[in-house]
Amino acid sequence: MTESALSDVRVLDLTWYIAGPYCTKLLADYGAEVIKVERPGQGDPARSIGPFLDDEPDIEKSGLFLHLNTNKRSITLNVKSHAGKKILRKLVEQVDIVVESFSPRVMPSLGLDYSTLQKANPSLVLTSISNFGQTGPYRNYRLSELALNAMGTSMKMVGQPDRAPLKLGGNVLQYQAGVLAATATMIALFGSRLTGTGQHVDVSLLETCLGSMDRRAPYLLAHQYTGQKEITTRVGGSRGGIMSGCPEGIYPCKDGYFDVAGGVPWWPRNFALLGSPPELAGPEFGTAEGQMDTQCQHAILAVLYPWAMNRTKTEIWEAAKSARAALAPLYTTEDLVNDPHFRERGFFVEIEHPRTGRLTYPGAPFRPSETPAKTPRAAPLLGEHNVEIYCSLGYSREDLARLRDAGAI
Amino acid sequence: MMSERPPSAAGNLPLVGIRVVDMTVVWAGTFTTMMLADMGAEVIRVENTRFAPYGTRGIMVRPTDSLLSTRGMATAGYPDRKAGERPYNRAAMFNVHARNKLSMTVDYMRPKGLEILKRLVGISDLFIENNAYGTMNKIGLSYEELKKVKPDIIMVSMPAFGSSGPYSDRIALGRHLECIAGHTLLRGYPEADPTWTTEVYHCDAAAGAVAAFAAMLALHYRQRTGKGQFVDVAQIETIIPQLGEAVMDYTMNGRVQEPIGNRHPSAAPCGLYPCQGDDRWIAITVCSDKEWQALCHAMGDPSWADDGKFSDTLSRWHNQDELDRHIADWTRQRQDYEVMHLLQEAGVAAGPLMDERDCYADPHIRERGFFEQVTHVECGSHLYPGMLWKMSRTPGSIRRPPCRLGEHNEYVYKQLLGVSDEEYAELERDGHIGMEYHPSIVVHGRAAV
Repeated sequence: MTESALSDVRVLDLTWYIAGPYCTKLLADYGAEVIKVERPGQGDPARSIGPFLDDEPDIEKSGLFLHLNTNKRSITLNVKSHAGKKILRKLVEQVDIVVESFSPRVMPSLGLDYSTLQKANPSLVLTSISNFGQTGPYRNYRLSELALNAMGTSMKMVGQPDRAPLKLGGNVLQYQAGVLAATATMIALFGSRLTGTGQHVDVSLLETCLGSMDRRAPYLLAHQYTGQKEITTRVGGSRGGIMSGCPEGIYPCKDGYFDVAGGVPWWPRNFALLGSPPELAGPEFGTAEGQMDTQCQHAILAVLYPWAMNRTKTEIWEAAKSARAALAPLYTTEDLVNDPHFRERGFFVEIEHPRTGRLTYPGAPFRPSETPAKTPRAAPLLGEHNVEIYCSLGYSREDLARLRDAGAI
Repeated sequence: MMSERPPSAAGNLPLVGIRVVDMTVVWAGTFTTMMLADMGAEVIRVENTRFAPYGTRGIMVRPTDSLLSTRGMATAGYPDRKAGERPYNRAAMFNVHARNKLSMTVDYMRPKGLEILKRLVGISDLFIENNAYGTMNKIGLSYEELKKVKPDIIMVSMPAFGSSGPYSDRIALGRHLECIAGHTLLRGYPEADPTWTTEVYHCDAAAGAVAAFAAMLALHYRQRTGKGQFVDVAQIETIIPQLGEAVMDYTMNGRVQEPIGNRHPSAAPCGLYPCQGDDRWIAITVCSDKEWQALCHAMGDPSWADDGKFSDTLSRWHNQDELDRHIADWTRQRQDYEVMHLLQEAGVAAGPLMDERDCYADPHIRERGFFEQVTHVECGSHLYPGMLWKMSRTPGSIRRPPCRLGEHNEYVYKQLLGVSDEEYAELERDGHIGMEYHPSIVVHGRAAV
């Protein structure tokens, strides 16, 4: 039997969509008891966002919601009703952590500002995840994943110079904010356990991007260092990156594409990868000048293209292993889910759910030797744990019926 | 259990008293230790004057001024594009994460150096590294070895593909992990050939953040039980869950999602629209009919918007080529910030594409105090990107400028390890202690000694 690292941690989860739920999913997957509070009726709006099983919209069949809410328990509560506010305050007294992702004006309007909460529970950690933070002129502004890409990342560098810059895939920035919020929450909890005093953690989605080592922060500092004149922009294609040279970037092969790192440090390995062809054996190919020289580049590409078009991406990936080249095939999601590496590591996990049956999910993002992630329990049905949790607060089943009639739960 | 508290300006920050042996390189692992240092941990970068890791203190150890005058900002982000006497203390790509950290040097590839490093482990709480799989074992710093000198040590290891499985010994840069995770094929222009896809580095950020969470999880467990552990962070496994919708669409429906550029899978309009000026853009996303009406009203209720082909979400989604042209005609007449404020007042998500200059000038970012002024003795005074989050009781800050190579040798050797003045001088002569990389290292790698 293994232990869970967070088995002594209770979390009240007032979040929705992606960033907040991913934060509390990390806490839940590693053992925290997470009570997710949802709106009666529709629940977390992520329940209404696809992809849906068999493309049938159903609040219990959203792949997004199912992925983001494993190991949590769900109660429904109208937090704006008088009864709802009272119940919420009872719950706050029983937990170590509250995570919320409302617009900054909401918690104070519910009488749940941090100073009020802390009076009821001095060691409480309150983590607020919002678009632009709890303060500042944009604090009530809306945000989309696309607008976050535009404001927060080095998006201006991505894409072709004569077209609009391109965002990252899916909703990765909102997930990333969730990870950082979980980290900040754990740090605040660590301090709270030492001193007995909690605090309010203010996570701004924009700032989690601006300070990120995805290159945004390095470029922001480089801009200061170089006299605040230069800005990064698009140069086009996959070959405008940090280590220009040849071969460098994405090339086609027999059944797809691969990405190879180039430039001087990698040339001996790339030369070996191509089978050490005599026409590329000259010393000029391994110099910075040669790597940038059009004639040398043409000679390299004249070998590379036929070599690549005669090989599958898997064959090229294997050849890179022997040559120690920094290279990878471009995988589709299908390639990824069926790949032997992840199968051997048991990364993807199967989870049984009463409405969808057994489905395969992405697994835990790290492996602590003593306290691995829990065997996953499926995301809760909407209000699945109402009876269990409300009765533990002292409400009778009859009270629950009354609260339901009043629209509170 | 807790290490002795060191003298520091960290005040009441939550991680004061936690000491971290930091053997991280490039970006992913260095991002992890940055967060811990920001929150008060004593992070000691273990460096080596006779070995410079790839792409860490600058893209090369000793670039020439002429190289720096021609390259892009990633390579050439040095104060005034000058290498200076010690270029490895001046690279933006390193200094951006090295604030609040300490730097010591020791040649841990020699037995004496390894012994010193283990003494440091003996008085530390966490050991964090993101080198190529197997590197730590080769040096003699496996978890088993670390445990012998510090039974409750927490080791966080961040190999690209993890510490097990058929790809564990593959060579990969961060962008290659994006390829395998499927991210690269998911984020191009819809109809363009993938060879046009610009590389991105989100996986470095994802792995760095997950490893910091993992370190805190292990610290929490140790606080409760006294037990340390080994944490395997396969960098690639940190980004796959962030692409969860695409994975679930495949496992649920057998669908392999294709790139949709800046569009939204189900709502429209969603795009980046051109504004007045050179390469200025505004991101606009409309997710409901209510927001659509708000957008129309903000645009002055143009007659084209009355068309039935734009009246509901599904119709707008199917007719978005035409819809995008109409919106672009409107945005093109306006400034990006003007459009943001106008649409936000109306309740529509909109934000300008912000370059570096825009970020420093933005009134919201300024009012939040995100950038912090830092003076570095070899770089001068500049604004640096600051804290990733704010805490009410223990707000973090850049308390200490980015660490120079070997800057804190005296503190670490003499105060922490109790090394005598004589031994210190000897270690200096032997090339363990120093503030300069061996002159034979120009790009990166091992010194010719």
